[in-house]
Amino acid sequence: MKDLVLSLIAEGGALAGVPFSLAAPLVMVAFGALVVFGFVLPIAGITSWLERRVWARIQSRIGPNRVGPQGFLQWLADGLKNLLKEDIIPSAADKWLFSLAPYLVVVGFIATFAAVPFTSSLIIADLNIGILYITAVTGIVVVGVLMAGWSSNNKWSLLGGIRSAAQIVSYEIPAGLSVFPIVLLTGTLSMQGIIRAQGWAPWDWFFFYNPFTFAAFFVFFVAALAEGNRTPFDIPEAESELVAGFCTEYSGMRYLLFFLEEWGNLYVIGAIVTTLFLGGWQVPAFTDNPMLLAVAQFGTFFLKAYFFVFVAMWVRATLPRVRVDQLMTVCWKYMVPIAIVNMLGTAAWMLFVPETLGRLVQFGMTGLGAVVVVVFFRRVRFHLRRANLKPSDYYYSPII
Amino acid sequence: MIPTFPAIAWPALLPILMVSGLGLLLLGAGLYTDDEETLGWGALAGLIVAGIVTLVLVGGESVRTFNGTFALDGYALFFDWLFIAAGALIVLMSMGYLGETDIEVGEYYALLMFALVGMMVMAAATDLIVIFLGLEIMSISVYILVGSWRTQPRANEAALKYFLLGAFSTGFLLYGIALIWGATGSFRLDEIAARLPLADESTLLLAGIAMLIIAFGFKVAAVPFHMWTPDVYEGAPTTVTALMAVAVKSAAFAAFIRIFLWGLAPVHADWWVVLWVLAAATMTMGNLLALAQRSVKRMLAYSSVAHAGYVLVAVTSGSADGGAAALFYLLVYMFMTVGAFGVVAAIGRAGEPLENIEDYAGLATRSPLLGATMAIFMLSLMGMPPLAGFAGKFYVFSVAVQQDFIVLAVVGVLNSVVSAAYYIRLLVAMYMTPEPAEAPALGRRPYLIASIVIAAGFTVLIGVLPALGLQVARLSFLSMQ
Amino acid sequence: MGTFAFLVLAALLIGSALAVVLHPNPVKSAMALVATLFLLAIVFVLLGAHMIAVLQIIVYTGAIMVLFLFVIMLLNLGDEEVPTEWPRVVLRGLAGMAGALMALQLVRLVAGAPLGRMVDAPEGYGGALMVARSLFTDYVLPFELTGLLLLVAVIGPVVLAQRRGR
Repeated sequence: MKDLVLSLIAEGGALAGVPFSLAAPLVMVAFGALVVFGFVLPIAGITSWLERRVWARIQSRIGPNRVGPQGFLQWLADGLKNLLKEDIIPSAADKWLFSLAPYLVVVGFIATFAAVPFTSSLIIADLNIGILYITAVTGIVVVGVLMAGWSSNNKWSLLGGIRSAAQIVSYEIPAGLSVFPIVLLTGTLSMQGIIRAQGWAPWDWFFFYNPFTFAAFFVFFVAALAEGNRTPFDIPEAESELVAGFCTEYSGMRYLLFFLEEWGNLYVIGAIVTTLFLGGWQVPAFTDNPMLLAVAQFGTFFLKAYFFVFVAMWVRATLPRVRVDQLMTVCWKYMVPIAIVNMLGTAAWMLFVPETLGRLVQFGMTGLGAVVVVVFFRRVRFHLRRANLKPSDYYYSPII
Repeated sequence: MIPTFPAIAWPALLPILMVSGLGLLLLGAGLYTDDEETLGWGALAGLIVAGIVTLVLVGGESVRTFNGTFALDGYALFFDWLFIAAGALIVLMSMGYLGETDIEVGEYYALLMFALVGMMVMAAATDLIVIFLGLEIMSISVYILVGSWRTQPRANEAALKYFLLGAFSTGFLLYGIALIWGATGSFRLDEIAARLPLADESTLLLAGIAMLIIAFGFKVAAVPFHMWTPDVYEGAPTTVTALMAVAVKSAAFAAFIRIFLWGLAPVHADWWVVLWVLAAATMTMGNLLALAQRSVKRMLAYSSVAHAGYVLVAVTSGSADGGAAALFYLLVYMFMTVGAFGVVAAIGRAGEPLENIEDYAGLATRSPLLGATMAIFMLSLMGMPPLAGFAGKFYVFSVAVQQDFIVLAVVGVLNSVVSAAYYIRLLVAMYMTPEPAEAPALGRRPYLIASIVIAAGFTVLIGVLPALGLQVARLSFLSMQ
Repeated sequence: MGTFAFLVLAALLIGSALAVVLHPNPVKSAMALVATLFLLAIVFVLLGAHMIAVLQIIVYTGAIMVLFLFVIMLLNLGDEEVPTEWPRVVLRGLAGMAGALMALQLVRLVAGAPLGRMVDAPEGYGGALMVARSLFTDYVLPFELTGLLLLVAVIGPVVLAQRRGR
């Protein structure tokens, strides 16, 4: 970022003559706006469309397919429609807090993008405390949710808000503890630093580094899903119990903002998981062209991150919702102890396991992972055969 | 690049490590047994070992470790031993008491140990932050202990009251620490003492000192910060009341004396007036209010307020003799008060506290041993020679006279006279009132009796040999630096 | 730029801190406290103490205040009544005066601080490394004692609130 600014204000640059102290914030704001409007908002919208299409396939339905090719523009239509709808504020609601809450939620989520490393150079701010920063700003979301729940002056809303607060605060702990093994290994909290400590090859990823980081990955991903109020942990907005939870009283654009956060947050989860465990934007150095390299890095990072968005959709369509007590049991009695064991185990690993053995374990675990993937696909093929399905029964192309 | 770890003088940590390890062991053992005697014997054995180790450490060189924030000196060891002794007596009391309550035994003993650890930290700390942490460990453990008899509404009320007011006073302590830091730029007492002459912002310093006095005034139950005392002492389980009356108070005084007679000693002229007024008010109000009580437990609560006043007299004088007298008084006060609360626990029965003065009618005939020991404690609290309480009061008041606090000494002596009224009223009830016809039988409680007898023994012993105790207290105080 | 940002922040900070004390509704008071703590974190950022800032947000805004709000919302408290009987009015006046005196004293102190005493922060100031280093060397005893304190604080609720299983 700093190099970019310096090149811009150098002789002949676009901002020649502007002092650094002014140019740096300007460039940052411009880049931030570009990321928000060019990336964050579309990604949240497109995710909403894709999620509905994916569920539809899983549930043998068609899903939205009217607006644009394959219904691709559905998200724009939805957004436009909600913008035009009347913005209702219930008369018994607390007007100020009611209006403020959705913005707090959205700010909390968009702020995380400031530390998401899209490529080796494309990051708004490579903070030396990047991963903690993301944890921190995510914490603002919960305040917004509580505020929405309370200010609506509605029982369902309040219950939803309170459930959400309990859930997010609880699951922040396993999520935070699962970050620590990686921080231990890399000795840095910076997102770029964590990615640089890994390699492009799967055996250089922290996912396969040792059994503890492998387990930490799952703990983190599940905890992150719960923090994002996703099924199977979406009890704060459980339709069958609480109407729509904390957003029951909301309508129009404010209502949409909550869902913007939910869908967009999926990508953030994917991005963090990719950064911490899956090597981030690391690609083999196949070319000297920095532009080409950046594109490859961006593509790699995006695909890895978006894969987890897909997994979250898949999970949501597959699993039923858990109960409140189960939710707390899973967090405090299983995930927190496992996360602590992961942390201590990784520390012990760093001290006691010699490098060559560690290397072997990395290769072995990667091989095991490959075997699991192969077995999974063979199993799927086996079931397809057993069900006597013809390719036309399950063939699906999003393009056609 | 691994930063160098500071060298640690492990012996300084030994008492704390042993008692907190004991607490953890008891917490774990509490999962497998609820028997108050088994766990009690374990706690007692651990405390005795810790006490012996503490005695072995006595006489070694004074050291400070952790960048001078934690001391191993005679002062810390004196209080370590005092807390361990008080803790052991209370464990012994609890072994005959917990069975009649529905207190969780394992957690009770564990929290008792953690409270002792907090107190030991307070006594050994030479840094305001560490003192604060010790105070919090102690306070939170005691808040929980007060409320541990959950089916008793008055225990719940007491716990909540103590917690709310205690948290409030903690706020004062922290603010005071912050202001003193602002005035001197250090949390360490030796640095504070060295920089006090340079503290140009004296208003800041004075405000900080005032806040500290409020915070510690609350913990030692000095008037006008004593309002919680009778209700909390009455509501808490009697063994916990004993802990609060002796150990919590002594711990607060340990930190108080270390801060004021060492760290803030150079500005003695600034704070003695406040403590003078506080001491006079505490003695007077404590004794006057105790006169009006019918419940013996409440009476002892007010009596403990009054005794905090006597110790404050010694602190007010600001001299080394005053410090030694305060330490000696706390030692004496520990034994007689633990014993008195032990008798209160022995009279009561499950669910029926039986702690009004009528319930003590004819105690001397119903149980000559309980009657005699209670008489010893009452006479000692009153300050009757040759018991320990007399020696304590004698030293405190003579120090006050030496340092020209004659009015304060006169107030103290007058107060002792007033206090005789309610102590003697209890003696009259025990010895000169006939036993009521349907007096409830006293249960057989060997452990409780044992703790009472030990406390009574020490009360007499120190009363007979006061010079020895005073010499120990003086050496302990002088080793503080 | 820095001074301007600080002045704006300070004004907001004081405003929200006053709202904490003065607002009659407990929930909004707590919300104002959330805002205060958050703005304080931004002040830490301006001072270069990034680590502290982030920890402040995680611990206070993200966890402690959420539980505060949680409890206050469950209690469903109404607006606090403004006291009218004279002892409480007088007490409030006295407390306000004491606070004002304290504030005045602090202002006097800060205004009188010689600028020459200020030093530049060393390299890495406020970063994770420096915080961790002082935490595990100079302040290792308070750190460990805090561990014991938290253990006691965990035992407390379990003892006081557990269901009677036996």
